[in-house]
Amino acid sequence: MKTMQFSAAIDDALAQAMAADPRIIVFGEDVPLLRRNLLVQFGPQRVLATPISESAFLGAAVTAALAGLRPVVEIYMADFLGVCMDALLNHAAKVAAFSGGRWTAPLVVRVPCGGGYGDGGQHEQALWGWLAHIPGLAVVVPATPADAGGLMLAALGADGPVIFLEHKLLSEAWLEMLGASGRRTVRYDVPPDGARGPVPTPWTPVPIGKARLHRAGTDMTIASVGVGVHRALAAAELLSGDGISAGVLDLRTVTPLDRAAVCAAVAQTGRLLVVDEDYEGFGLSGELAATILEAGERCRYARVCTRTTTPYARHLEDQALPSVQRICAAAASLMGSETGPQRF
Amino acid sequence: MPPDLWYLYESMLRCRQFEEVVAQLWRQGLISGEMHLGTGEEAIIAGIVPQLRDGDALALDHRGTAALLLRGVAPSLILAELLGRGDGLCGGLGGHMHLCSREHLAAASGIVGAAGPAAVGFALAARYLRPGALAVAFFGEGAMNQGMLLEALNLAAVWNLPALFVCKDDGWSITTASDRVTGGDLAARARGLGVQAVEVDGRDVSQVWEAAAPAIARARTGQGPSFLRCRCVHLEGHFLGYALLRATRDPFRELPPILGPLVCAFVRSGGARPRERLLGLRQVMAATVATLRDPRQQRGNDPLARTHDDLARTDPARLAELEAAVTHEISEIAASATQEAA
Repeated sequence: MKTMQFSAAIDDALAQAMAADPRIIVFGEDVPLLRRNLLVQFGPQRVLATPISESAFLGAAVTAALAGLRPVVEIYMADFLGVCMDALLNHAAKVAAFSGGRWTAPLVVRVPCGGGYGDGGQHEQALWGWLAHIPGLAVVVPATPADAGGLMLAALGADGPVIFLEHKLLSEAWLEMLGASGRRTVRYDVPPDGARGPVPTPWTPVPIGKARLHRAGTDMTIASVGVGVHRALAAAELLSGDGISAGVLDLRTVTPLDRAAVCAAVAQTGRLLVVDEDYEGFGLSGELAATILEAGERCRYARVCTRTTTPYARHLEDQALPSVQRICAAAASLMGSETGPQRF
Repeated sequence: MPPDLWYLYESMLRCRQFEEVVAQLWRQGLISGEMHLGTGEEAIIAGIVPQLRDGDALALDHRGTAALLLRGVAPSLILAELLGRGDGLCGGLGGHMHLCSREHLAAASGIVGAAGPAAVGFALAARYLRPGALAVAFFGEGAMNQGMLLEALNLAAVWNLPALFVCKDDGWSITTASDRVTGGDLAARARGLGVQAVEVDGRDVSQVWEAAAPAIARARTGQGPSFLRCRCVHLEGHFLGYALLRATRDPFRELPPILGPLVCAFVRSGGARPRERLLGLRQVMAATVATLRDPRQQRGNDPLARTHDDLARTDPARLAELEAAVTHEISEIAASATQEAA
């Protein structure tokens, strides 16, 4: 089977869809450089540079989608969505509701996110929980090249707005641009199976809202997205050495959340450990707890998340983001007899 | 007060040499993430910041190092911060894009355009709490397409605030040529919002100083905000290791990984007709050619070189002495930081 790097897989699936559907256009800051391969295949009518005007071009993408185009809008980093949130919060997410379902905005917002390379707290946020909080948006966070391409294809075929979060630590292109930039003197903890992996030819959609069980386990279920999936898999491997059988569920989509898959997995293991690079409070980890409580599953629960603004210093950043070490500690505690709130 | 060219050159040289140390540490991998240097814009910073007084505020962008140095922040604190140390300016938590100093009323942001509203707020506080003080915003011309900055110019005008908006125009919005994504004229934009606007050569420290002086005086005396457009060249592009700049400097190593996929995409079936594909290729080539004109090669683009030449004609011995003193000072700081890092 052919293998591809993470971002190349997204571009490849995008190219396949663009060749089939002339309504798809791509625009965003520096897109002629970032998507130069699409630019020379599809020409400047379909791959457009924008000024640094996120409010304008994301807002424009919403109505362009309403009027029949299928825009793929690129925002440089998830953090910068703060500049243009109105287009998503009050417009893209609301059209379907306001029109009684008669009008929808099928746009894809492609946004690099996540940390682990030392860019600090204004450039490394995950923010998927913040986005998923809003009814009317779909939020996908692929963890492998195959899922990245497949979810991009599904996003392009969706009926409403999809936020496609591309984790920078999985993307050789983004890490090269932002973290290494030609120097050979830095190393980042890149999960190899996320950065490069087998991909299908041709691409087929990976359905939005479907989780994937990466690893079966009988003692607990570790649920995560993005880089967290790989941290969880590494932890599960270590835990098996200690006689703990941990399954790893890759949610792949934050919203719509595959609640059935979460409940089914937890029904078998009786323990849920959430690994979430996004902020701990009021987010995905709490939503998963609510999901199992509402379903009436008897379950022990713990979470390993990011609690603070990501520190710039690399060693502090590594402590702030969910790590294999923190996951193993939380898992060991879940297997123990002590109860009550614990912090990992 | 006319500018003292010796003092301004010394200021610029200190910033330049400090940032060269930063670049060196970054290349050694001791500084993580991106690195946006301000090399090439020293004349703009040195032409304005030394005119500030206690109580004045600075709203900085992601290239704030030089402005903080000239405002009096200890270089060792900045260097320790960039190295992610607990004894750094922000405890190692902020990093180069988010430097700040409460006692200097100076704050940087990595969000393009954020310096605009930040300066408005600083200026508003100055009016209430520090009469006669002003706020200065530094940003690039790419930020002039950001709504919040245009809104800030308008707000500063209608509130008649003591603010100076300084646009460091190097012609590039990250890696996109700004003229391709910018309509109209930037100074006219500012004037259209009721802000007095002046254009100067940002590579000439005397010109910047002389243009800034009356704008600063206007702000201090309650006559409202000004906009200064200063053209410059960033000697290292948007950030260190920028791929196209690298490709032009070391084409045999850097070009093949770019060209291979590009050629494959150009001939890939499906997609546009050949004419459209050629237009796309032309865009990519145009960006490469524009970058090929490595701005470092033109001595006139380097604000330090210009001033150096002027001073060398006046008093070469004094110039050599000054340069030796700054070099010594910065190398001491670098040595101390590296020693502690090791």
